[in-house]
Amino acid sequence: MDVGACRLCLVEIAGSNKLVPACTTQVADGMVVATTSERLQRYRRLLLELLFAERNHVCAVCVSNGHCELQALATNLGMDHVSFPYTFPKLEVDLTHRLFGMDHNRCVLCGRCVRVCWYVEGAATKNFSGRGAGSRIISDLNQPWGESRTCTACGKCVHACPTGALFEKGTTVGEMQKDRGKLEYIVTAREKKQWIV
Amino acid sequence: MDRLKIATVWLGGCSGCHMSLLDLDEWLFELAKVADVVYGPLVDTKEYPAAADVCLVEGAVANTEHVELMHQIRQRTRVLVAFGDCAVTGNVTALRNPLGSAAPVLERAYLDPANLRPALPHEPGVVPPLLDRVLPLQEAVPVDFYLPGCPPPADRIKAFLQELLAGKAPHLTGANLRFG
Repeated sequence: MDVGACRLCLVEIAGSNKLVPACTTQVADGMVVATTSERLQRYRRLLLELLFAERNHVCAVCVSNGHCELQALATNLGMDHVSFPYTFPKLEVDLTHRLFGMDHNRCVLCGRCVRVCWYVEGAATKNFSGRGAGSRIISDLNQPWGESRTCTACGKCVHACPTGALFEKGTTVGEMQKDRGKLEYIVTAREKKQWIV
Repeated sequence: MDRLKIATVWLGGCSGCHMSLLDLDEWLFELAKVADVVYGPLVDTKEYPAAADVCLVEGAVANTEHVELMHQIRQRTRVLVAFGDCAVTGNVTALRNPLGSAAPVLERAYLDPANLRPALPHEPGVVPPLLDRVLPLQEAVPVDFYLPGCPPPADRIKAFLQELLAGKAPHLTGANLRFG
């Protein structure tokens, strides 16, 4: 079961007026599910616009330009502009780690880094702090990442991250290509004893 | 049919979108068969014409002159296009917005590095003051169409203008709809 963090997987279920996130909804016998419709596209685009308006996503100067899941969603959902006023929050960039950087301007709070850190690596370095728009991804007890005593520097969080929020130091515009396939490889090997070729 | 009057304008941006427009190369001759460029950095006209059909706006709204110009352009233009990421999102021009006001930017540019008579520019009526918050075009005036990209590649501009010239509402999709 997934966590329902971004709600971009909203679906319609026949007989209900409510839109529900597919990732947290249990399928049932006879359930009729619509995954695409005019209405769903409209709501998904609004949700996506809110994600863009909430932080400072500047594709042109981002390490993940051209390899970003958020940028690709804008293309796929036909988002040609954001109709909400941008909030332009002032956010930190943590470059204290030896190998990796964290730019909160680009974070969408999907929590993939937290989950991969806890449930795949088992280090429990990455966590959430705060609520709502004040939410942040933190390391350990909200200390500079480079001072974390639990981080194993495995880099799984970097490759789980859908945007340029987590990146390898030394990469510049468009150079940070994530490889989520490696995470799938590790998990499948561990859980199913199958090694994806 | 009357020839189309196309205007372009360069606000807070790097002129890369205009360079991309010039990248249309020989297609510009096709464009010149049906349209005139009546205003912009590429033509020597000081006043915005009384009526234009299309205006491509490069750059974000960053100072008071931009605001006044855009209000005039909006009144005199049928189809207003946010041309490139700075106009659509604020982009690099708006990177200063999290600082909260124009003051830290001016101090960084004119006071911090200066060792001889440091002073902030103050020439009322000559140097337009910066806005405290850089605005994407649609936060300043109503916008009809959006043409994202940093810069939008020439092919994308062509696809967009071709639909517009054919009297259709341009609708960018797939590879033609990408920020950055």
